Amino acid sequence: MSIIQILFFALSAFAIISAVMVLVSKNPIHSVLWLILVFFAISGHYILLNAQFLAIVNIIVYAGAIMVLFLFVIMLINVKKDSEPQKQFLVKLLGVVAGGSFLTLLVALVKQTAQMQGRTLLMKDGVIGLIHPLGKALFTDYVVPFEISSVLFLSAMVGAVIIGKK
Amino acid sequence: MTLLSFDWALVIEKLILIIIIVLTTLLITLYTTFGERKVAAILQDRPGPNRAGPFGLLQPLADGLKLIMKEEIIPTSASKWLFILGPGLAMTASLMTSAVIPWGTDVHLFGRTIALQVADVNIGILYIFAVVSMGVYGIMIGGWASNNKFSLMSALRAASQAISYEIAMGLALIALLMTTGSLSLKTIVADQAAGPWWNVVYQPLGFIIFFICAMAECNRTPFDLPEAENELNFGYHQEYSSMKLGFYLFAEYVNMIMSSAIMASMYFGGYDLPFFDETTVAPNIAAMIGLGTLLIKIVLFVFLFIWIRWTIPRFRYDQLMNLGWKTMIPLALFNMLLTGALILAKL
Repeated sequence: MSIIQILFFALSAFAIISAVMVLVSKNPIHSVLWLILVFFAISGHYILLNAQFLAIVNIIVYAGAIMVLFLFVIMLINVKKDSEPQKQFLVKLLGVVAGGSFLTLLVALVKQTAQMQGRTLLMKDGVIGLIHPLGKALFTDYVVPFEISSVLFLSAMVGAVIIGKK
Repeated sequence: MTLLSFDWALVIEKLILIIIIVLTTLLITLYTTFGERKVAAILQDRPGPNRAGPFGLLQPLADGLKLIMKEEIIPTSASKWLFILGPGLAMTASLMTSAVIPWGTDVHLFGRTIALQVADVNIGILYIFAVVSMGVYGIMIGGWASNNKFSLMSALRAASQAISYEIAMGLALIALLMTTGSLSLKTIVADQAAGPWWNVVYQPLGFIIFFICAMAECNRTPFDLPEAENELNFGYHQEYSSMKLGFYLFAEYVNMIMSSAIMASMYFGGYDLPFFDETTVAPNIAAMIGLGTLLIKIVLFVFLFIWIRWTIPRFRYDQLMNLGWKTMIPLALFNMLLTGALILAKL
Protein backbone atom coordinates (compact mmCIF):
# COMPACT_ATOMS: atom_id res chain seq x y z
CA MET A 1 0.00 0.00 0.00
CA SER A 2 1.24 3.45 -0.81
CA ILE A 3 1.13 6.24 1.74
CA ILE A 4 -1.87 7.80 -0.04
CA GLN A 5 -3.86 4.60 0.32
CA ILE A 6 -2.99 4.34 4.00
CA LEU A 7 -4.09 7.94 4.51
CA PHE A 8 -7.26 7.33 2.53
CA PHE A 9 -8.32 4.36 4.63
CA ALA A 10 -7.37 6.05 7.89
CA LEU A 11 -9.33 9.17 7.00
CA SER A 12 -12.31 7.13 5.81
CA ALA A 13 -12.40 5.13 9.02
CA PHE A 14 -12.07 8.35 11.00
CA ALA A 15 -14.92 9.96 9.06
CA ILE A 16 -17.26 6.97 9.34
CA ILE A 17 -16.62 6.44 13.06
CA SER A 18 -17.18 10.14 13.75
CA ALA A 19 -20.34 10.17 11.64
CA VAL A 20 -21.70 7.16 13.51
CA MET A 21 -20.89 8.88 16.80
CA VAL A 22 -22.88 11.93 15.65
CA LEU A 23 -25.95 9.72 15.46
CA VAL A 24 -25.26 7.61 18.54
CA SER A 25 -24.41 10.43 20.98
CA LYS A 26 -27.25 11.19 23.37
CA ASN A 27 -26.01 14.68 24.12
CA PRO A 28 -26.52 17.14 21.21
CA ILE A 29 -23.31 19.00 22.15
CA HIS A 30 -21.32 15.79 21.72
CA SER A 31 -23.04 15.25 18.36
CA VAL A 32 -21.95 18.68 17.16
CA LEU A 33 -18.37 18.05 18.26
CA TRP A 34 -18.28 14.70 16.44
CA LEU A 35 -19.70 16.42 13.37
CA ILE A 36 -16.78 18.86 13.46
CA LEU A 37 -14.42 15.86 13.38
CA VAL A 38 -16.32 14.54 10.33
CA PHE A 39 -15.66 17.83 8.56
CA PHE A 40 -11.98 17.57 9.39
CA ALA A 41 -11.80 14.05 7.98
CA ILE A 42 -13.55 15.18 4.79
CA SER A 43 -11.12 18.08 4.48
CA GLY A 44 -8.33 15.52 4.70
CA HIS A 45 -9.90 13.70 1.74
CA TYR A 46 -10.02 16.95 -0.21
CA ILE A 47 -6.31 17.46 0.41
CA LEU A 48 -5.64 13.92 -0.86
CA LEU A 49 -7.48 14.96 -4.05
CA ASN A 50 -5.17 18.01 -4.27
CA ALA A 51 -8.09 20.36 -3.64
CA GLN A 52 -6.44 22.51 -0.99
CA PHE A 53 -8.75 25.47 -1.41
CA LEU A 54 -11.88 23.38 -0.96
CA ALA A 55 -10.34 21.66 2.08
CA ILE A 56 -9.51 24.86 3.91
CA VAL A 57 -12.77 26.59 2.98
CA ASN A 58 -14.63 23.53 4.26
CA ILE A 59 -12.89 23.99 7.61
CA ILE A 60 -13.38 27.78 7.72
CA VAL A 61 -17.04 27.78 6.73
CA TYR A 62 -18.41 24.52 8.10
CA ALA A 63 -16.19 23.60 11.03
CA GLY A 64 -15.31 27.19 11.93
CA ALA A 65 -18.46 29.22 11.42
CA ILE A 66 -21.59 27.11 10.98
CA MET A 67 -20.73 24.63 13.72
CA VAL A 68 -19.97 27.47 16.13
CA LEU A 69 -23.49 28.74 15.51
CA PHE A 70 -24.87 25.21 16.05
CA LEU A 71 -23.02 24.97 19.35
CA PHE A 72 -24.19 28.45 20.25
CA VAL A 73 -27.85 27.62 19.72
CA ILE A 74 -27.67 24.23 21.45
CA MET A 75 -25.89 25.72 24.45
CA LEU A 76 -28.54 28.45 24.70
CA ILE A 77 -31.61 26.24 24.41
CA ASN A 78 -29.99 23.65 26.72
CA VAL A 79 -31.63 20.44 25.48
CA LYS A 80 -32.37 17.94 28.25
CA LYS A 81 -32.70 14.24 27.61
CA ASP A 82 -35.98 13.81 29.45
CA SER A 83 -37.66 16.92 28.05
CA GLU A 84 -37.20 15.73 24.49
CA PRO A 85 -40.72 15.34 23.05
CA GLN A 86 -41.86 11.99 21.67
CA LYS A 87 -42.06 12.03 17.89
CA GLN A 88 -45.46 11.55 16.27
CA PHE A 89 -46.20 8.52 14.11
CA LEU A 90 -46.45 10.57 10.88
CA VAL A 91 -43.07 12.20 11.51
CA LYS A 92 -41.51 8.79 12.09
CA LEU A 93 -43.07 7.47 8.88
CA LEU A 94 -41.79 10.44 6.87
CA GLY A 95 -38.36 9.88 8.38
CA VAL A 96 -38.39 6.26 7.27
CA VAL A 97 -39.43 7.23 3.71
CA ALA A 98 -36.77 9.96 3.43
CA GLY A 99 -34.05 7.73 4.89
CA GLY A 100 -35.06 4.84 2.62
CA SER A 101 -34.89 7.02 -0.51
CA PHE A 102 -31.47 8.24 0.49
CA LEU A 103 -30.32 4.67 1.06
CA THR A 104 -31.51 3.74 -2.46
CA LEU A 105 -29.51 6.65 -3.84
CA LEU A 106 -26.41 5.51 -1.96
CA VAL A 107 -26.80 1.92 -3.15
CA ALA A 108 -27.11 3.17 -6.74
CA LEU A 109 -23.90 5.18 -6.27
CA VAL A 110 -22.02 2.21 -4.87
CA LYS A 111 -23.20 0.12 -7.82
CA GLN A 112 -21.81 2.74 -10.19
CA THR A 113 -18.41 2.54 -8.53
CA ALA A 114 -18.39 -1.20 -9.25
CA GLN A 115 -18.62 -0.36 -12.94
CA MET A 116 -15.75 2.07 -12.53
CA GLN A 117 -13.36 -0.64 -11.37
CA GLY A 118 -10.22 -0.97 -13.43
CA ARG A 119 -10.67 2.38 -15.13
CA THR A 120 -8.28 5.28 -14.66
CA LEU A 121 -9.35 8.76 -13.74
CA LEU A 122 -8.54 11.51 -16.22
CA MET A 123 -7.68 14.60 -14.21
CA LYS A 124 -6.06 16.80 -16.89
CA ASP A 125 -3.03 18.05 -14.92
CA GLY A 126 -4.68 17.64 -11.52
CA VAL A 127 -4.26 21.25 -10.41
CA ILE A 128 -7.85 22.47 -10.69
CA GLY A 129 -8.20 22.31 -6.89
CA LEU A 130 -5.31 24.70 -6.33
CA ILE A 131 -6.18 28.30 -5.83
CA HIS A 132 -4.89 29.91 -9.04
CA PRO A 133 -6.49 27.52 -11.58
CA LEU A 134 -9.68 27.49 -9.53
CA GLY A 135 -9.90 31.29 -9.50
CA LYS A 136 -9.21 31.44 -13.25
CA ALA A 137 -11.90 28.84 -13.97
CA LEU A 138 -14.45 30.58 -11.74
CA PHE A 139 -13.93 34.00 -13.32
CA THR A 140 -13.69 32.91 -16.96
CA ASP A 141 -15.49 29.64 -17.81
CA TYR A 142 -18.02 29.72 -14.98
CA VAL A 143 -18.45 33.46 -14.48
CA VAL A 144 -22.22 33.49 -15.04
CA PRO A 145 -23.12 30.80 -12.48
CA PHE A 146 -20.60 32.37 -10.11
CA GLU A 147 -22.24 35.79 -10.39
CA ILE A 148 -25.73 34.33 -10.10
CA SER A 149 -24.79 32.49 -6.92
CA SER A 150 -23.33 35.69 -5.48
CA VAL A 151 -26.60 37.50 -6.22
CA LEU A 152 -28.37 34.64 -4.44
CA PHE A 153 -26.10 35.14 -1.43
CA LEU A 154 -26.79 38.87 -1.46
CA SER A 155 -30.53 38.33 -1.48
CA ALA A 156 -30.19 35.81 1.36
CA MET A 157 -28.20 38.37 3.34
CA VAL A 158 -30.79 41.10 2.75
CA GLY A 159 -33.50 38.65 3.75
CA ALA A 160 -31.67 37.74 6.96
CA VAL A 161 -31.30 41.42 7.88
CA ILE A 162 -35.01 42.09 7.24
CA ILE A 163 -36.08 39.06 9.30
CA GLY A 164 -33.67 40.09 12.04
CA LYS A 165 -35.21 43.57 12.19
CA LYS A 166 -38.73 42.25 12.87
CA MET B 1 15.75 6.50 4.00
CA THR B 2 12.80 5.73 1.83
CA LEU B 3 9.96 3.54 2.99
CA LEU B 4 6.66 3.46 1.13
CA SER B 5 8.45 5.67 -1.47
CA PHE B 6 8.49 8.48 0.99
CA ASP B 7 11.38 10.63 2.21
CA TRP B 8 11.43 10.06 5.96
CA ALA B 9 14.39 12.38 6.51
CA LEU B 10 12.04 15.23 5.61
CA VAL B 11 9.57 14.07 8.24
CA ILE B 12 12.30 13.93 10.90
CA GLU B 13 13.55 17.36 9.84
CA LYS B 14 10.07 18.87 10.11
CA LEU B 15 9.45 17.11 13.42
CA ILE B 16 12.61 18.63 14.92
CA LEU B 17 11.62 22.02 13.54
CA ILE B 18 8.13 21.74 15.07
CA ILE B 19 9.54 20.74 18.46
CA ILE B 20 12.00 23.65 18.42
CA ILE B 21 9.29 26.13 17.40
CA VAL B 22 6.82 24.94 20.02
CA LEU B 23 9.38 24.91 22.82
CA THR B 24 10.72 28.34 21.87
CA THR B 25 7.21 29.73 21.65
CA LEU B 26 6.39 28.39 25.11
CA LEU B 27 9.61 29.83 26.52
CA ILE B 28 8.89 33.23 24.99
CA THR B 29 5.32 32.97 26.28
CA LEU B 30 6.63 32.33 29.77
CA TYR B 31 8.60 35.55 29.64
CA THR B 32 5.75 37.44 27.99
CA THR B 33 3.73 36.94 31.17
CA PHE B 34 6.68 38.38 33.06
CA GLY B 35 6.93 41.25 30.56
CA GLU B 36 3.23 41.95 30.97
CA ARG B 37 3.55 42.27 34.73
CA LYS B 38 6.70 44.41 34.48
CA VAL B 39 5.21 46.75 31.85
CA ALA B 40 2.00 47.04 33.87
CA ALA B 41 4.08 47.89 36.93
CA ILE B 42 6.05 50.55 35.08
CA LEU B 43 2.87 52.10 33.65
CA GLN B 44 1.31 52.14 37.12
CA ASP B 45 4.49 53.47 38.79
CA ARG B 46 5.26 50.48 41.02
CA PRO B 47 8.19 48.02 41.06
CA GLY B 48 6.35 44.91 39.87
CA PRO B 49 7.60 41.34 40.45
CA ASN B 50 11.13 41.62 41.85
CA ARG B 51 11.46 38.91 44.50
CA ALA B 52 12.27 35.68 42.62
CA GLY B 53 15.80 35.84 41.25
CA PRO B 54 17.63 38.95 39.99
CA PHE B 55 15.11 41.60 38.81
CA GLY B 56 12.41 39.00 39.43
CA LEU B 57 13.57 37.05 36.38
CA LEU B 58 12.60 33.69 37.90
CA GLN B 59 9.04 34.88 38.54
CA PRO B 60 7.48 33.04 35.53
CA LEU B 61 9.05 29.77 36.69
CA ALA B 62 7.65 30.35 40.17
CA ASP B 63 4.23 31.07 38.64
CA GLY B 64 4.37 27.89 36.58
CA LEU B 65 5.42 25.83 39.60
CA LYS B 66 2.57 27.31 41.61
CA LEU B 67 0.04 26.41 38.91
CA ILE B 68 1.32 22.83 38.63
CA MET B 69 1.40 22.25 42.38
CA LYS B 70 -2.16 23.47 42.94
CA GLU B 71 -4.94 20.98 43.56
CA GLU B 72 -6.74 19.96 40.44
CA ILE B 73 -10.51 20.17 40.77
CA ILE B 74 -13.07 18.90 38.30
CA PRO B 75 -16.57 19.98 39.35
CA THR B 76 -18.92 17.01 39.91
CA SER B 77 -21.58 18.51 37.64
CA ALA B 78 -19.08 19.20 34.86
CA SER B 79 -18.96 17.20 31.66
CA LYS B 80 -15.65 15.50 32.45
CA TRP B 81 -14.16 14.76 29.03
CA LEU B 82 -15.08 18.10 27.53
CA PHE B 83 -13.84 19.85 30.66
CA ILE B 84 -10.41 18.31 30.06
CA LEU B 85 -10.59 18.79 26.28
CA GLY B 86 -11.28 22.55 26.49
CA PRO B 87 -7.88 23.85 27.65
CA GLY B 88 -6.02 21.36 25.45
CA LEU B 89 -7.94 22.52 22.42
CA ALA B 90 -7.32 26.19 23.23
CA MET B 91 -3.59 25.54 23.47
CA THR B 92 -3.43 23.36 20.33
CA ALA B 93 -5.31 25.87 18.21
CA SER B 94 -3.07 28.73 19.27
CA LEU B 95 0.13 26.74 18.59
CA MET B 96 -1.04 25.43 15.21
CA THR B 97 -0.71 28.85 13.59
CA SER B 98 3.08 28.58 13.82
CA ALA B 99 3.10 25.95 11.03
CA VAL B 100 2.91 28.43 8.15
CA ILE B 101 5.01 31.28 9.53
CA PRO B 102 8.36 31.62 7.74
CA TRP B 103 10.88 32.13 10.54
CA GLY B 104 13.81 32.92 8.26
CA THR B 105 15.50 32.15 4.96
CA ASP B 106 16.81 28.66 4.19
CA VAL B 107 19.54 27.12 6.34
CA HIS B 108 22.16 24.73 4.93
CA LEU B 109 23.02 21.97 7.40
CA PHE B 110 24.52 18.49 6.84
CA GLY B 111 24.23 18.94 3.10
CA ARG B 112 20.50 19.60 3.30
CA THR B 113 18.63 22.81 2.57
CA ILE B 114 16.29 23.30 5.49
CA ALA B 115 13.47 25.83 5.17
CA LEU B 116 12.75 27.58 8.46
CA GLN B 117 9.06 27.04 7.89
CA VAL B 118 7.10 23.93 8.75
CA ALA B 119 4.75 23.99 5.75
CA ASP B 120 4.85 26.28 2.74
CA VAL B 121 1.30 25.64 1.59
CA ASN B 122 -0.12 27.80 -1.16
CA ILE B 123 -3.13 28.59 1.01
CA GLY B 124 -1.09 29.82 3.99
CA ILE B 125 -3.29 32.77 4.87
CA LEU B 126 -6.49 30.76 4.60
CA TYR B 127 -4.88 28.17 6.88
CA ILE B 128 -4.27 30.87 9.50
CA PHE B 129 -7.85 31.96 9.10
CA ALA B 130 -9.09 28.39 9.62
CA VAL B 131 -6.98 27.94 12.75
CA VAL B 132 -8.21 31.25 14.16
CA SER B 133 -11.79 30.13 13.66
CA MET B 134 -10.93 26.88 15.50
CA GLY B 135 -9.57 28.80 18.48
CA VAL B 136 -13.02 29.66 19.77
CA TYR B 137 -13.90 25.99 20.36
CA GLY B 138 -11.51 25.70 23.30
CA ILE B 139 -13.29 28.54 25.06
CA MET B 140 -16.80 27.42 24.11
CA ILE B 141 -16.28 23.81 25.13
CA GLY B 142 -14.56 24.75 28.38
CA GLY B 143 -17.23 27.30 29.23
CA TRP B 144 -20.07 24.90 28.55
CA ALA B 145 -18.49 21.86 30.19
CA SER B 146 -17.96 23.77 33.46
CA ASN B 147 -21.75 23.79 33.96
CA ASN B 148 -21.64 27.29 35.38
CA LYS B 149 -23.86 30.18 34.30
CA PHE B 150 -21.04 32.70 34.22
CA SER B 151 -18.75 30.39 32.26
CA LEU B 152 -21.48 29.73 29.70
CA MET B 153 -22.30 33.42 29.29
CA SER B 154 -18.62 34.14 28.85
CA ALA B 155 -18.20 31.34 26.30
CA LEU B 156 -21.13 32.68 24.28
CA ARG B 157 -19.65 36.16 24.42
CA ALA B 158 -16.29 34.87 23.26
CA ALA B 159 -17.89 33.01 20.35
CA SER B 160 -19.95 35.94 19.13
CA GLN B 161 -17.00 38.30 19.50
CA ALA B 162 -14.70 35.97 17.57
CA ILE B 163 -17.22 35.49 14.74
CA SER B 164 -17.90 39.22 14.46
CA TYR B 165 -14.27 40.25 14.25
CA GLU B 166 -13.26 37.38 11.97
CA ILE B 167 -15.28 38.96 9.17
CA ALA B 168 -13.48 42.30 9.27
CA MET B 169 -10.18 40.43 9.64
CA GLY B 170 -10.90 38.39 6.52
CA LEU B 171 -11.87 41.46 4.53
CA ALA B 172 -8.65 43.22 5.58
CA LEU B 173 -6.71 40.14 4.45
CA ILE B 174 -8.48 40.11 1.07
CA ALA B 175 -7.24 43.66 0.40
CA LEU B 176 -3.72 42.51 1.29
CA LEU B 177 -4.02 39.52 -1.03
CA MET B 178 -5.07 41.83 -3.85
CA THR B 179 -1.77 43.71 -3.57
CA THR B 180 0.48 40.69 -3.03
CA GLY B 181 -1.25 38.27 -5.41
CA SER B 182 -0.23 35.25 -3.34
CA LEU B 183 -1.60 33.36 -0.37
CA SER B 184 1.70 31.77 0.55
CA LEU B 185 3.28 33.54 3.50
CA LYS B 186 6.73 32.60 2.23
CA THR B 187 6.10 34.40 -1.07
CA ILE B 188 4.57 37.39 0.69
CA VAL B 189 7.60 37.82 2.95
CA ALA B 190 10.10 37.17 0.13
CA ASP B 191 8.37 39.79 -2.05
CA GLN B 192 8.57 42.33 0.76
CA ALA B 193 12.24 41.55 1.32
CA ALA B 194 12.97 41.98 -2.40
CA GLY B 195 10.69 44.97 -3.00
CA PRO B 196 11.26 48.57 -1.96
CA TRP B 197 8.50 48.82 0.65
CA TRP B 198 6.82 46.64 3.24
CA ASN B 199 3.14 45.87 2.77
CA VAL B 200 2.13 48.24 5.55
CA VAL B 201 2.92 51.12 3.16
CA TYR B 202 0.43 49.78 0.63
CA GLN B 203 -2.14 48.72 3.22
CA PRO B 204 -2.06 51.14 6.18
CA LEU B 205 -5.80 51.01 6.82
CA GLY B 206 -5.84 47.25 6.31
CA PHE B 207 -3.10 46.86 8.91
CA ILE B 208 -4.98 48.95 11.49
CA ILE B 209 -8.15 46.91 10.93
CA PHE B 210 -6.18 43.67 11.16
CA PHE B 211 -4.45 44.79 14.34
CA ILE B 212 -7.71 45.72 16.07
CA CYS B 213 -9.32 42.45 14.99
CA ALA B 214 -6.29 40.46 16.16
CA MET B 215 -6.61 42.12 19.54
CA ALA B 216 -10.28 41.13 19.65
CA GLU B 217 -9.49 37.56 18.59
CA CYS B 218 -6.90 37.24 21.35
CA ASN B 219 -9.44 38.45 23.95
CA ARG B 220 -7.09 41.21 25.04
CA THR B 221 -8.25 44.36 26.78
CA PRO B 222 -10.08 46.50 25.56
CA PHE B 223 -11.79 43.44 24.05
CA ASP B 224 -11.59 41.05 27.02
CA LEU B 225 -15.36 40.92 27.48
CA PRO B 226 -15.29 37.11 27.95
CA GLU B 227 -13.35 37.61 31.18
CA ALA B 228 -14.95 40.81 32.42
CA GLU B 229 -14.53 40.25 36.18
CA ASN B 230 -17.13 42.76 37.32
CA GLU B 231 -19.87 41.12 35.24
CA LEU B 232 -18.84 37.47 34.95
CA ASN B 233 -16.72 36.82 38.07
CA PHE B 234 -13.80 35.35 36.15
CA GLY B 235 -15.08 34.31 32.76
CA TYR B 236 -15.01 31.00 30.93
CA HIS B 237 -12.19 29.53 33.04
CA GLN B 238 -13.89 30.18 36.35
CA GLU B 239 -14.20 26.52 37.34
CA TYR B 240 -10.69 25.64 36.22
CA SER B 241 -7.76 25.18 38.53
CA SER B 242 -4.15 24.06 38.42
CA MET B 243 -2.47 23.65 35.03
CA LYS B 244 -5.77 23.56 33.11
CA LEU B 245 -6.29 27.16 34.12
CA GLY B 246 -2.63 27.71 33.28
CA PHE B 247 -3.25 26.37 29.76
CA TYR B 248 -6.11 28.81 29.20
CA LEU B 249 -4.06 31.74 30.47
CA PHE B 250 -1.04 30.57 28.49
CA ALA B 251 -3.04 30.11 25.29
CA GLU B 252 -3.94 33.80 25.37
CA TYR B 253 -0.27 34.73 25.39
CA VAL B 254 0.60 32.20 22.69
CA ASN B 255 -2.20 33.70 20.59
CA MET B 256 -0.71 37.12 21.15
CA ILE B 257 2.74 35.98 20.01
CA MET B 258 1.33 34.17 16.98
CA SER B 259 -0.73 37.15 15.85
CA SER B 260 2.33 39.34 16.33
CA ALA B 261 4.32 36.97 14.13
CA ILE B 262 1.57 37.00 11.50
CA MET B 263 1.33 40.78 11.50
CA ALA B 264 5.10 41.10 11.29
CA SER B 265 5.19 38.64 8.39
CA MET B 266 2.28 40.02 6.42
CA TYR B 267 2.64 43.77 6.93
CA PHE B 268 6.15 44.42 8.28
CA GLY B 269 8.44 42.34 6.10
CA GLY B 270 8.75 39.27 8.34
CA TYR B 271 12.40 38.26 8.65
CA ASP B 272 13.55 41.16 6.43
CA LEU B 273 16.07 43.45 8.14
CA PRO B 274 15.76 46.90 6.51
CA PHE B 275 18.78 48.64 4.93
CA PHE B 276 20.79 45.43 4.98
CA ASP B 277 21.79 43.28 2.04
CA GLU B 278 21.48 39.63 3.14
CA THR B 279 23.50 38.39 0.13
CA THR B 280 26.71 39.89 1.57
CA VAL B 281 26.88 37.30 4.39
CA ALA B 282 26.83 33.51 4.41
CA PRO B 283 23.33 31.99 3.96
CA ASN B 284 23.26 30.45 7.45
CA ILE B 285 24.24 33.74 9.09
CA ALA B 286 21.66 35.58 6.97
CA ALA B 287 19.00 33.13 8.17
CA MET B 288 19.98 33.73 11.79
CA ILE B 289 19.90 37.51 11.27
CA GLY B 290 16.44 37.09 9.70
CA LEU B 291 15.23 34.99 12.63
CA GLY B 292 16.52 37.59 15.09
CA THR B 293 14.84 40.39 13.15
CA LEU B 294 11.50 38.58 13.18
CA LEU B 295 11.80 37.92 16.92
CA ILE B 296 12.51 41.61 17.57
CA LYS B 297 9.46 42.58 15.51
CA ILE B 298 7.35 40.08 17.46
CA VAL B 299 8.57 41.47 20.77
CA LEU B 300 7.71 45.02 19.64
CA PHE B 301 4.18 43.95 18.70
CA VAL B 302 3.74 42.08 21.97
CA PHE B 303 4.85 45.21 23.81
CA LEU B 304 2.23 47.18 21.84
CA PHE B 305 -0.44 44.66 22.92
CA ILE B 306 0.60 44.98 26.57
CA TRP B 307 0.85 48.75 26.39
CA ILE B 308 -2.70 49.01 25.00
CA ARG B 309 -4.00 46.62 27.63
CA TRP B 310 -2.80 48.77 30.50
CA THR B 311 -3.84 52.07 28.87
CA ILE B 312 -7.35 51.62 27.46
CA PRO B 313 -10.35 50.59 29.58
CA ARG B 314 -12.66 47.75 28.57
CA PHE B 315 -15.54 48.27 26.12
CA ARG B 316 -19.15 47.67 27.00
CA TYR B 317 -20.62 44.69 25.15
CA ASP B 318 -22.88 46.75 22.87
CA GLN B 319 -19.98 49.09 22.07
CA LEU B 320 -17.90 46.07 21.10
CA MET B 321 -20.57 44.79 18.73
CA ASN B 322 -21.15 48.27 17.28
CA LEU B 323 -17.45 48.69 16.64
CA GLY B 324 -17.22 45.30 15.02
CA TRP B 325 -20.24 45.40 12.75
CA LYS B 326 -20.80 49.10 12.11
CA THR B 327 -17.24 50.41 11.99
CA MET B 328 -14.72 47.67 11.25
CA ILE B 329 -16.65 45.83 8.53
CA PRO B 330 -17.63 48.96 6.51
CA LEU B 331 -14.07 50.27 6.89
CA ALA B 332 -12.65 46.96 5.71
CA LEU B 333 -15.05 46.93 2.73
CA PHE B 334 -14.03 50.50 1.89
CA ASN B 335 -10.37 49.50 2.12
CA MET B 336 -11.03 46.61 -0.24
CA LEU B 337 -12.78 48.83 -2.80
CA LEU B 338 -10.04 51.46 -2.53
CA THR B 339 -7.33 48.83 -3.05
CA GLY B 340 -9.18 47.44 -6.05
CA ALA B 341 -9.57 50.91 -7.58
CA LEU B 342 -5.89 51.74 -7.03
CA ILE B 343 -4.79 48.44 -8.56
CA LEU B 344 -7.02 49.12 -11.59
CA ALA B 345 -5.55 52.61 -11.92
CA LYS B 346 -2.03 51.03 -11.61
CA LEU B 347 -0.87 53.34 -8.85
